[in-house]
Amino acid sequence: MNATAEALFVAEPFQAAGDVVIDCNVNKIFYGDFLAVRDSTVPIEKKKITGFIGPSGCGKSTVLRSLNRMNDLISVFRFEGSVMYHGQDIYAKKVDPVVVRRYIGMVFQQPNPFSMSIFDNVAFGLRLNRYKGNIEERVEKALKRAALWKEVKDKLKNSGLSLSGGQQQRLCIARAIATEPDVLLMDEPCSALDPIATRQVEELMLELKENYTVALVTHNMQQATRVADTTAFFSVDISQGGRTGYLVEMGPTRQIFEAPREKLTKEYISGEFS
Amino acid sequence: MSNLFRAADATSGISGPPSMAEYAADRIFRSIAIASAFIIILLVAYILWEIGQKAMPAVAEYGLGFITGTTWNVSKGEFSVLPEIWGTLYSSLLALLLGGVFGISIAIFLTQDFIHHRMATIFRTVVEMLAAIPSVVYGLWGIYVLIPLLKPLAGWLHDTLGWFPLFGTDLAGPGMAPAALVLAIMILPTVAAISVDAFRRIPYKVKEAAYGMGTTRWEAILKVMLPTASSGILAALVLGFGRALGETMALAMLIGNSNQISMSLFSPANTLASLLASNFPEAGQVEVQALMYAALVLLAITFLVNVAGLAIQQYTVRKFEGKK
Repeated sequence: MNATAEALFVAEPFQAAGDVVIDCNVNKIFYGDFLAVRDSTVPIEKKKITGFIGPSGCGKSTVLRSLNRMNDLISVFRFEGSVMYHGQDIYAKKVDPVVVRRYIGMVFQQPNPFSMSIFDNVAFGLRLNRYKGNIEERVEKALKRAALWKEVKDKLKNSGLSLSGGQQQRLCIARAIATEPDVLLMDEPCSALDPIATRQVEELMLELKENYTVALVTHNMQQATRVADTTAFFSVDISQGGRTGYLVEMGPTRQIFEAPREKLTKEYISGEFS
Repeated sequence: MSNLFRAADATSGISGPPSMAEYAADRIFRSIAIASAFIIILLVAYILWEIGQKAMPAVAEYGLGFITGTTWNVSKGEFSVLPEIWGTLYSSLLALLLGGVFGISIAIFLTQDFIHHRMATIFRTVVEMLAAIPSVVYGLWGIYVLIPLLKPLAGWLHDTLGWFPLFGTDLAGPGMAPAALVLAIMILPTVAAISVDAFRRIPYKVKEAAYGMGTTRWEAILKVMLPTASSGILAALVLGFGRALGETMALAMLIGNSNQISMSLFSPANTLASLLASNFPEAGQVEVQALMYAALVLLAITFLVNVAGLAIQQYTVRKFEGKK
């Protein structure tokens, strides 16, 4: 047991060139007794898109959801390590996860608009934060940024659920960016979308990074090459008998895809991974 | 039918058309389903026709005055049911208010992670057991437990706040308050169980979306979960209200069967169902006709309430969920 523990692979920490907004140091993440992720250091750079790739079960979503404490919804979730955000560990005891989520927004895999009007969906965060300014203006701005304004400007009172899947996802993005959160986490935001909607969302991400920091989990490696500045590759470790995810390699996207340092990375991006 | 494929020589493999017996079974099941649906409609129509038939002499005799007048006097042959209509609606609305607030609160408590899932199931079973208690037992409980309990409170409220219409009279025994309270308990399981289902139907991703926006638990519940479950909750309230309107035995025992219209929670009153139950046994031919008319009025009220409730529910489904 000790012998294998010593042999555990730990990725070389990635030295980010620019400012790091979220410095995530995962020591261990548990779901009950199950060790889901170990030893992964993932710095998220300011105003860049950081892509998380890897096979199913590698823990990339788990790590992403740890960045705004979404995993706290699962009662058996346990996080060991630290997530430094503006010099504050968001896992410190005195930190309220509700506050963390107001600054670090999230877009999910499945579009999940609320069953209320399109306008109310986008205004939700503004009202939640007791925004005193012009709500109409903010809603319009968010919808324009999410490339949805033209399609919905005449039916803002209709239910958000009356939109198509791709429109719903862009509505969720508008909802997330209306409050201008510092960081936007996107958990496979295009997996339920067709190629056209996917392209729209990708263009949107590239626009967003001018103002926001984005962390993106994707199953689609082409998507990572298209939008991510930095890519983190995770893999699954089955040597311990469990299925524990860990970071294999992180670096500039070009380097990861053109000159990977690790054999596992190379196999995965060339499709040799089983 | 199988000729269709024989031409193409599609006889390889193990696929084949359904046998004649299977087609026959299909037809038989469809006929049974259609027949059952028609029997229900016929049954409702027959009951309406039968009651209407029996009520016809009274309808012809009293006309609309029946629902605007306030006397029920057998010896004078004067029959009208405005106090009963008032009592029916008032007691049911009070019950809906109490049972609705309480039932929805219970549903929130049971579904929004306040207690462990297994505890919630046990709790829910206990709440649903309330529905298994016979109406007459509720009536007895009301007479022997609730009314004595309420009397001191009602007396105090009347003495100190007597100017307020709701407390305008004292509670002498049976009355609106104990009746509405028992009615609230009786519709509680209906409201709670259906509301629980409405909350359970909300997909997990909606909860994630709410917390992902940075809501506290209460904000998530009040601003997201409640609107999302609203059409189901409305259905629960409509069913609960319908049940309250038609409830008979417990009310006949608790409401006091007094022919008067009062805002006071403590004055005795009467409801249509309770009027029917208490007057039928000794009614003569003329009174039976009047009672049939009263039954028709009750039917009309429940019908209107259900239609209105359904319309509101459909409206919320369209508004919130965007379904056509």
